[in-house]
Amino acid sequence: MEHIRLPKVEKVRLIDKISSRRASVGTLYLTATHTIFVENESEIRTETWVLHSLVCSVEKQATTTTGSPLLVHCKNYQALRFIIPQERDCHDVHVSLLRLSRPERYEELYCFSFHANSDKEVRGQAWDFLSLKAEYSRMGVPNHLWILSPVNRDYKVCTDTYPAELYVPKSATHPVIVGSSKFRSRGRFPTLSYYCKENHAAICRSSQPLSGFSARCLEDEQMLEAIVRSNPRSDFMYVVDTRPKLNAIANRAAGKGYENEDNYSNIKFQFIGIENIHVMRNSLQKMLEVSEAWSPSMSEFLEGLESSGWLKHIKAVLDAGIFIAKAVAEDGVSVLVHCSDGWDRTAQVCSVASVLLDPYYRTLKGLMVLIERDWVSFGHKFSHRYNHLDGDPKEVSPVIDQFLECVWQLSEQFPCAFEYNERFLITIHNHIYSCQYGNFIGNNQKERTELRHQEKTHSLWTYLWENRTDHINPLYRPDHSQTQGVLRPVTAPYCFK
Amino acid sequence: MEFAELIKTPRVDGVVLRRPFLPTVEGTLCLTGHHLILSSRQDNTEELWLLHANIDAIEKRFVGSLGTIIVKCKDLRVIQLDIPGMEECLNIASSIEVLSTLDSVSLMYPLFYRPMFQVIEDGWKSFLPEDAFKDLESMTEEWRLSDVNKDYSVCSSYPPLVAVPKDVDDDTLRKAAAFRHGGRFPVLSYYHKKNGMVMMRSGQPLTGTNGRRCKEDEKLINATLRAGKRGYIIDTRTVSVAQQAKARGGGFESEANYPQWRRIHKAIERSSILQESLIKLVEACNDQSHSMDRWLSKLEASNWQTHVKEILTSACLAAQCIDREGASVLVHGTEGTDSTLQVTSLAQIILDPACRTIQGFQALVEREWLQAGHPFQQRCSQSAYSNSKPRCEAPVFLLFLDCVWQILRQFPCSFQFSQHFLVLLFEHTYASQFGTFMGNSASERSKLNLSQKTVSLWSWVNRPQEVERLSNPLYEANCLVIWPSVAPQSLLLWEGVFLRWKRSSRCLDEAYDEMVHIIQYNKELQNKVNNLRRQLAQLETEEPLLQTP
Repeated sequence: MEHIRLPKVEKVRLIDKISSRRASVGTLYLTATHTIFVENESEIRTETWVLHSLVCSVEKQATTTTGSPLLVHCKNYQALRFIIPQERDCHDVHVSLLRLSRPERYEELYCFSFHANSDKEVRGQAWDFLSLKAEYSRMGVPNHLWILSPVNRDYKVCTDTYPAELYVPKSATHPVIVGSSKFRSRGRFPTLSYYCKENHAAICRSSQPLSGFSARCLEDEQMLEAIVRSNPRSDFMYVVDTRPKLNAIANRAAGKGYENEDNYSNIKFQFIGIENIHVMRNSLQKMLEVSEAWSPSMSEFLEGLESSGWLKHIKAVLDAGIFIAKAVAEDGVSVLVHCSDGWDRTAQVCSVASVLLDPYYRTLKGLMVLIERDWVSFGHKFSHRYNHLDGDPKEVSPVIDQFLECVWQLSEQFPCAFEYNERFLITIHNHIYSCQYGNFIGNNQKERTELRHQEKTHSLWTYLWENRTDHINPLYRPDHSQTQGVLRPVTAPYCFK
Repeated sequence: MEFAELIKTPRVDGVVLRRPFLPTVEGTLCLTGHHLILSSRQDNTEELWLLHANIDAIEKRFVGSLGTIIVKCKDLRVIQLDIPGMEECLNIASSIEVLSTLDSVSLMYPLFYRPMFQVIEDGWKSFLPEDAFKDLESMTEEWRLSDVNKDYSVCSSYPPLVAVPKDVDDDTLRKAAAFRHGGRFPVLSYYHKKNGMVMMRSGQPLTGTNGRRCKEDEKLINATLRAGKRGYIIDTRTVSVAQQAKARGGGFESEANYPQWRRIHKAIERSSILQESLIKLVEACNDQSHSMDRWLSKLEASNWQTHVKEILTSACLAAQCIDREGASVLVHGTEGTDSTLQVTSLAQIILDPACRTIQGFQALVEREWLQAGHPFQQRCSQSAYSNSKPRCEAPVFLLFLDCVWQILRQFPCSFQFSQHFLVLLFEHTYASQFGTFMGNSASERSKLNLSQKTVSLWSWVNRPQEVERLSNPLYEANCLVIWPSVAPQSLLLWEGVFLRWKRSSRCLDEAYDEMVHIIQYNKELQNKVNNLRRQLAQLETEEPLLQTP
């Protein structure tokens, strides 16, 4: 509360681009968590609530005769323009909002002060709603090929960015795992992401090997060999590096890099060429500029869309997912996916492939589990990427946004195949940024556990499940032909919207 | 001339047909005067019946003695025929070339076509101007139906009957006609019941470089204004294009001579530019190998979406003037037969809920395009693949349909018809067994006596089974004015036409069927509920009787 310089401003005008071009006059209230605008005139007294953790930028513009404009951009791409009569008030609101929208400590996040109407016990049960153990057992592991490894139980041996429970080939011994882990960026050794019960093909994920120009690691090679062997029907596996080749080569100079086909027996190596988080951040920025432009011409819009490259990147992610899904479903070959650290592009590609492969991930619960598995548990850096705390702007990037858009593009092509609708995707997107629920705070499981998020915050998944009627696609039928089996989307450029 | 002379080889066996989304068929190829037919002579394979008039261009290739003809159709489909024997292939190709480019109207298929269905209602009589005027009469007495053009002498592209202000006599009309391009004097296009404002259309005024004026023309359009009110003139051309038109005898209404009118210029392109745009767009859609960047830049370079946006914006402006400003509007471009009609007809879609029904849309096409003298035959004789130099061809009507589709997409429940209806109209404007889109004006159609010699498309469309096929299951009558968004991100490429043969619509069709199914089911449940309620009410009234001993 100490950050609020001015709790209430009267006679503020709000211009919201979507609802109407006309300004509405009302009172602006600043609270610890929200900025609330209440319209004066209308009888219904329309309220506009802006959650502070959703505020992306606050910009004070030059004062005019009508007042001082304050432009608020939100992380869910909403843009609001307030016009405040007194410049001094505007300044105060500006400063307050800047501070309120950039919490410095996790404890300041909204999820720690958000109390849904439920008691402790219910809340605890809510966190048990999704269990990764159940998800792996749904996939059929552990079994005679894959086992649950205790190696990372205390986040110590290998990496603090991996979850405590990891599934590895049965034939991979403890020393092999530890050795392989030492040869991978941040200790992120190859581990199971998706397992196909029908043909034993698996999608594994890791970070890049520390191969430099010539380094080798026997244990890492044995680790990959163990993955190949745990797919009895295939005598080789794909190693997919999702980076552009040039970036991977550049990494070699830093002692990192990619697998040398000569050192690893029975692998086929493949670059995919998805750009890094910095390129994606700039691309989104450009696209937002294009879509926010004041009445652009058709040419300006299409040129802007092209030069932003956004759809090109979406297509690249989707194409990568298709490549992997095809390898697993049609060729029955296992795939190891990595990029640099194995928590951005790798997460995108593995989860897109899962959606394509398995109808389960096209159900409400399935998508929640998928995000929980490939993103939350495997240490996708939510707090960094989505700017939860005041931090390094270079760490911010719309990585999961792109995954959600890929799912949306697929749902446009296969309207009957998804149990959830667009609103479900948008709600998830919103809450990844909002910090209203504890699911996405921190950058990995270890941090979240230390924050005691299960005791102190609520889970988004139970909220979504309880409100599932809002998120159901009426066209979905579990027995529909589109719903079955592997999705084979067309990715000709004109299929993207 | 006999068709037989043009057909060197009437039939070839062992021809292989490849077409989008359908299995390859091997069979016998037959050429008739109007059709290219391929039949496998087996029961359960689909035959191909292709009108020569639908063929836009062909290409031939040879590998040894196996010839291949690639047939590119005006509906944008591309099919391939593998024909054994070089001579046969050459003969077929040259026959197709001649038969698909016959200029003579008397040889056109609609004159030979006999309907295989029972005509319930003769479409030629469905939308007579007299009937439309009866509706107008019920709303206002300020207008009359003039037969000044009964022998097409005042304006060759107008119908015999036009609606004009009651206080203006035929003599004034004749003089005003002499002052307007093609004799197209201002006539009523639409009457807005809500506030009595009107939309008129005409050709450009022939002011020329020395600023000629015509008192009768001024009187005619001023007669449509209420006392003290101002009207808007929407010139579909840019100021500079309108200026240039003066040198060729055309021009625009000056403020001095039309002080009660405010002129607004828009920028809808001329027909030759639109044709070029269509060709580029189709080319971009047909190249599957494009990267995302190249596709977007080709889409942009085609300018098609720009035209859609410009036309819709102009229509919104006209509708806004009438509904929001409460002002009357006159729309014209140069001839008043192309961009003018795009604007007036789309404005009516926006303003008038009746135009969003199946019957009402037909009436709109009949009134604002066919009767209003859009030269369909000239505009639609070639489509996007044709190699010959375009003369008067232009996708003016297709752009109109595209704009309607954009509004339909934004207001999916406000139209009684689905996009199938729009696609059907697109197909029939380019090649048809019906006489509706033959000729370039009412006068040409009456000279050819088409209403006697051909079947109307509307006769086909208005049969119950066809109406059902074209209906939009989501339709709920919406009596409001609908304002479409014209922001670039709101306007999409019309997949139903431009990607129709490129990507399978199976999944989307399944979704559509699913939707129809749900709506059907919902209706059944609703009926059940109503029945049960009725029963309950009945039981409740009976109950007291039962209780009495």
